Amino acid sequence: MIVAESKPFKEIYEWVKDLKKICVIGCGDCVTVCHMGGQKQVEELAIKLRIAAKREGRELDVKEDTVLRQCEQEYVEPIGNYVNEYDAVISIACGVGVQTLAEKFTPAKIYPGVNTTFMGAPVKPGLFLERCAGCGDCVLDITGGYCPISRCSKSLLNGPCGGSVGGKCEVSKDIPCVWQEIYEQLDKQGIINYMDEIRPPKRWSTSTGSFPRKLELKHLQVEEE
Amino acid sequence: MNEKNNIDDNFKSGSNLEKLLKRGEFVVTSELGPPRGASREAVEKKAEILKGSADAFNITDCQTAMVRLSSIASGVILINMGMEPVIQMTCRDRNRIAIQSDILGAAALGMKNLLCLTGDHQCFGDHPDAKGVFDIDSIQLLDIVRQMRDEKRFQSGEELKVEPRLFLGAAANPFADPFKFRAIRLAKKIAAGTDFIQTQIIYNIKKFEEWMSIVRDMGLHKKVFILAGVTPIRSLGMAKYMKNNVPGMDVPDEIIKRLEGAEKKKVEGINICLEIIERLRKIEGVAGIHIMAIEWEEIVPEIVERAGLLPRPNL
Repeated sequence: MIVAESKPFKEIYEWVKDLKKICVIGCGDCVTVCHMGGQKQVEELAIKLRIAAKREGRELDVKEDTVLRQCEQEYVEPIGNYVNEYDAVISIACGVGVQTLAEKFTPAKIYPGVNTTFMGAPVKPGLFLERCAGCGDCVLDITGGYCPISRCSKSLLNGPCGGSVGGKCEVSKDIPCVWQEIYEQLDKQGIINYMDEIRPPKRWSTSTGSFPRKLELKHLQVEEE
Repeated sequence: MNEKNNIDDNFKSGSNLEKLLKRGEFVVTSELGPPRGASREAVEKKAEILKGSADAFNITDCQTAMVRLSSIASGVILINMGMEPVIQMTCRDRNRIAIQSDILGAAALGMKNLLCLTGDHQCFGDHPDAKGVFDIDSIQLLDIVRQMRDEKRFQSGEELKVEPRLFLGAAANPFADPFKFRAIRLAKKIAAGTDFIQTQIIYNIKKFEEWMSIVRDMGLHKKVFILAGVTPIRSLGMAKYMKNNVPGMDVPDEIIKRLEGAEKKKVEGINICLEIIERLRKIEGVAGIHIMAIEWEEIVPEIVERAGLLPRPNL
């Protein structure tokens, strides 16, 4: 799932401090699971915005709405019925949702109420950890199912660097060294010899930072007129 | 004209370091950290202090991710002073295009030794928001330079005209985890193309001996020249800092206790360093020492002399 974190309220309020009517739009998918962008968070942010405006002696009309999946055109369709009556929209979906609104409802101003942080998993209540970098060339087959691209601070492919001590990363004692985990996993799987192989430089051309990527399923595409 | 470096084909680069190691000399390398400023004089001053005390001199590449005068530029200054640099190259700040370009440049400027490192994480330095590149790692870097040198091909497979003749080095940390993997990692670096190794600073001799015994069992000491890393301790604070704050450093309690009990910490620090060198020289498979006197270059000549390693052999 996609994990996000609320932007500092000060930053959000700065966008709307001169506006009269805004809407806050949440998403019922990933950001709801990480308690950052669902219906409840829409309500909370709307209240905080109204209070902040009131403190400045002004009224701020805040409409609240949450769609099931903000990244899909069909789901955001109903927003079109009212969006043009408002000065701005604060989307607390991930960056994909924000962009779906921006593209669909030009020229409405859409602001990102959260920072989209990573693709990860809820490993225990209240803790989400990064698990995938979306590098486009998965290596989990050779690393025992632990991703060194997203979980090693240097995205190393040839085993732990010289900073791995006691199962921890050199960057912080809070970060497990994923190569220690990979080592132990491969050992248990009886394929520790995978560690001996020299892994060649990675094809980063499939990864983020290279060029905008796409997935095209020709058989599902409808000819445009 | 067929441009060819004047190098005996039996040598990878024909550097002092390579020739001395292959002649079986117990070599000494040392290290110079470039200044945080555009000061040629600062490099020259440190180099002048170190001159004659070692066979080649590492020049760090923005160590601990702090911006410093570049390793290759400092290398030119050293060559002009008649000294031999070991250029350090990390993968933190450059992608494979920049790295290969800098390697060609270094070789063209007369550099003959290259130490290939992954690099400290950028969070340790003064630009923690920098994008860490890590396009490749140290093992892949070794493989790339070996391929450029021996097969005259870039990483892409494309042909290159004049190969960079470099004697290749890498680091090894016997004190990092998992311990069992440490000799395997060394074997990978050898397979990738390293000619010599400079180890992490050694204070825990027992653990280093244990690692060396695995290295010998695997026959690796016959395939690579291992230079054991040492650093004189200047103060009790430094020892404690290294013990507690430097990832991958192993400073045993007995060293801390000795310094605590010593009246003159610096004198004791030098004595400890000399004792460590003495013990390292007796270990089979140790081909030399690498002295890293961090911001204490002036002590290197004294250490090398008192260790009985002066004068350095003349080629």
